[in-house]
Amino acid sequence: MKTLSYLKNNTLLLHEEKCIGCGRCMEVCPHGVFAMNGKKVRIINKRYCMECGACQKNCPVEAISVDAGVGCATAVITGILTGSEPTCGCSSDGSNSSGCC
Amino acid sequence: MLNDQGLRTIEQISCCAASKDMEQQEWMTGFITTPSGKVPVVSTDLSRKDITGRWKARWGIGRMKYTVEPGLYTVGSPDSSSPVFVSANYKMSFDYLRKDLRNINGWILVLDTKGINVWCAAGKGTFGTDELVKRISQVHLDRVVKHRELILPQLGAPGVAAHAVKRKSGFSISYGPVLSRDIHAYLAGDRKATPAMRSVPFKLKDRAVLIPMELIPSLKLLPYIFFLLIALQLINYGLFPVKDLLLLVPFTGAIIMGTVLFQLLLPWIPFRSFVVKGWILGLLWSLVVSTGMTFENWQSAGWYFLLPPITAFLAENFTGSTTFTHLSGVKIELKYGLPVMLISVIIGIVLQFL
Repeated sequence: MKTLSYLKNNTLLLHEEKCIGCGRCMEVCPHGVFAMNGKKVRIINKRYCMECGACQKNCPVEAISVDAGVGCATAVITGILTGSEPTCGCSSDGSNSSGCC
Repeated sequence: MLNDQGLRTIEQISCCAASKDMEQQEWMTGFITTPSGKVPVVSTDLSRKDITGRWKARWGIGRMKYTVEPGLYTVGSPDSSSPVFVSANYKMSFDYLRKDLRNINGWILVLDTKGINVWCAAGKGTFGTDELVKRISQVHLDRVVKHRELILPQLGAPGVAAHAVKRKSGFSISYGPVLSRDIHAYLAGDRKATPAMRSVPFKLKDRAVLIPMELIPSLKLLPYIFFLLIALQLINYGLFPVKDLLLLVPFTGAIIMGTVLFQLLLPWIPFRSFVVKGWILGLLWSLVVSTGMTFENWQSAGWYFLLPPITAFLAENFTGSTTFTHLSGVKIELKYGLPVMLISVIIGIVLQFL
């Protein structure tokens, strides 16, 4: 089956000058976005990035930035309606039965 | 509750505290004594009840209360050198893990993710650095195992900063495969996951199991549509013939297109945008409705405006369940999509009823 990809406008950025080549981003990325290039990583599949934020969170030198969040329409609409940041509808208090995740 | 009473002494904990507090469950086969008290041994077989429970959760029945107690568990007969696997306290996640740990001696550290699966909990931060560090300390993991390594599910990574966990707890993290079924291969391969183990599949079957939670909440809209139809009919004609119940068919179809067909056909529907993909399915359904069904006083052109936005909206809603859509894209789709949907619905209603 072909690889599913979404709109190309994601916010993933690699600040290569900071990269120490530890490879952690390659370990956590669920879509094979990064690859080693000599002693540093580079982005090889930017269009497959889903902004989950795993690479940014696990980069020990903050060489990766991405506007991470839940790519969920319900969350975004709820965020617009309540004037808050998009959060996943599956709320922790158990009162919400949204289909989100 | 073993976990929420942080300030216990070692003596209290080593003296059967866990067995007293961690209730015996059907999926436990016993307890072993560890330096942090008695720890439940879990079965690697799923019982009929576990499988029924999974199905109920898939269909949204008791889904938010399908949990296991956070804390430490064991599988097989582990010792202080056995690997530690970290999981969420959503029972479906926990069940998949223990089933796939068959023939492995290990420890399972269950975090309190409020009953949410690993990936979503990581996105929300409940499967996160702080909870992990807290849980390591509460179960006295440093006394239970002599090594300082944890195996986390890869999809926990959006919530956990491995370097911060190392700094705060002394435990280093290896991210295991995305799916627990690859754990055996991962361990056999010297804790190296292959690219295939690192990627998230979203095949037909993966999408199909999500359908009930898309379809059922959407069908709950039908009564509202029904009453709206009655109201509009009464305003226009002052009567509502029983055969107009058939008017629910186009709407039900639009919902099924957006919550069943869309999910199944996703890779093969053209364009990347979910709104556009959904709109295409909605138009196809409108074609079926306007050619296949005839209603007095209803203009078939209206269906082409009324139904596609419904399907498109439900399709866009699926972004929350996919493995590859991102927030930036969803925001753009909604920014341009929602106004278009609204205008289309209004045109559709005007065409149908005036």
